[in-house]
Amino acid sequence: MAVLLDYQHVEISFNGNAVVHDVTFQLHPGEILGLVGESGSGKSTLIRAAMGLLGSSGMVTRGDIWFEGKNLPDLSDREMRQICGEKIGMIFQDCGASLSPIRTIGEQIVESMAAHRETDVPAAKAAAMDLFDKLKFKDGERVWNSYPFELSGGMNQRAGIAIAMLMNPVILLADEPTSALDVAVQRQVVEEMLRVRDVFGTAMIIVTHDIGVVSVMADSILVLQNGNVMEYGAAKEVLENPRNDYTKKLLSAVPRLRKGRV
Amino acid sequence: MEPVLKVTDLSKSFSRAGKNEFFAVDHVSFAVMPGEILGIVGESGSGKSTIAKLITRQIDATAGKIEIDGQDITWLNGRQMIPVYAKIQMVFQSPKGSFDPRRTLGDGICESLRNQGVPKAEREAMARSLLEQCGLPGDFLERYPHQVSGGQCQRAAIARALMCDPKILIFDEATSALDVTVQKQIMELLQMLQQKNHLSYLFICHNLALVQQFCDNVIVLYDGKIVEQGRPDEVILHPKSEYAKRLVEAVF
Repeated sequence: MAVLLDYQHVEISFNGNAVVHDVTFQLHPGEILGLVGESGSGKSTLIRAAMGLLGSSGMVTRGDIWFEGKNLPDLSDREMRQICGEKIGMIFQDCGASLSPIRTIGEQIVESMAAHRETDVPAAKAAAMDLFDKLKFKDGERVWNSYPFELSGGMNQRAGIAIAMLMNPVILLADEPTSALDVAVQRQVVEEMLRVRDVFGTAMIIVTHDIGVVSVMADSILVLQNGNVMEYGAAKEVLENPRNDYTKKLLSAVPRLRKGRV
Repeated sequence: MEPVLKVTDLSKSFSRAGKNEFFAVDHVSFAVMPGEILGIVGESGSGKSTIAKLITRQIDATAGKIEIDGQDITWLNGRQMIPVYAKIQMVFQSPKGSFDPRRTLGDGICESLRNQGVPKAEREAMARSLLEQCGLPGDFLERYPHQVSGGQCQRAAIARALMCDPKILIFDEATSALDVTVQKQIMELLQMLQQKNHLSYLFICHNLALVQQFCDNVIVLYDGKIVEQGRPDEVILHPKSEYAKRLVEAVF
């Protein structure tokens, strides 16, 4: 199968200290890859590297990140702008906080679309409503007219996913998309992301420390500890027969609910 | 046996201009027996933390009664509360946020005994031994919050809560901010301390699996009301209320 995004021996350093070491993995079309590990393991840093979001002190010091025949760390800001948002979308832990508090969701959608292609308000709104419908939003019109603070945390998160999907990117990177949410709301967001994959065939990398989320979403899993790959393979394989000692320790630490049939 | 903590018809409401009163906690009653671990689960906004704040008198109740060790503390003033705080202590969600960033962990840990007039050498020796019980080297007393990890800081917060030899500890999402491996270590520590000192815990948590493993009894809170209570396995395996069913189903 074609490879969409190809990390080859990637090393990432901050102020000259390597924090991610020799990470290699491939993302295929429509695949959901779960990146798991504890705080400080380098999960977020890995996907931020693809978006050029390492800040002024961080950089990819070794290896390549290939996307559509280009090595992402080598691209200029100008070239990155054509890829980020349009071909690779990203959502964050708290979408409400990454939206502007003084503009409605609708205004921000128009703005973000206009950054990539020529559009006007009716066209942007039509595209957004169409997408809201596909993602089964109950009241798209209300979301369009709302300020972020008028929506619940879960609804903000879903709106963030919708905004990221407006450009129909081939890859969606998600940094702890459910960690700030209640379990019931978490489930809605997870279902929405799976719906996105069904409708658009989007490949995703989900960074999370929540093994439960990964177990229902991911096709493959990469386990990181202190910037090193501990285990990488098919999700079922890693979750059911972990080979690495650290993976075993991580999985055994997860409290599991014994559920009856309800 | 007398309960260590008894809450009767406790309510906290907020009045809003032009709207009905909003009940954050709505006529809640429960009791915690000596040596019991009681879990409180529910989603954000269900009133879990408000209950903890009411019991520790960080905010005042609108109605109802709070008794600790048989003593009604609902309306005690600050001075009268000092001896009560020797019986009830709290561990918060954000370990670093609960220590003064400009003071050492030792200052924070020893503060309760300093308020009670225990001499410096004595309280420091005690803090050192408690830190060691909580799995930290004694010289962590000299460290500042930013010099330790989140898990270590939470261990120090547990040591701080144990300083005045309380009967009941309240944990408000005390492990939610920690990684699962650290969470497991902390839970093991809590279990060990509970058995050793015959403590009672009020364990506020949104993680049902953790409550199932750890608690003797559980209360399910929704919109400030208790919608279900019982043994964790009963509530989780055979939920009776609609809300508890939904909560259990939502867990992956």
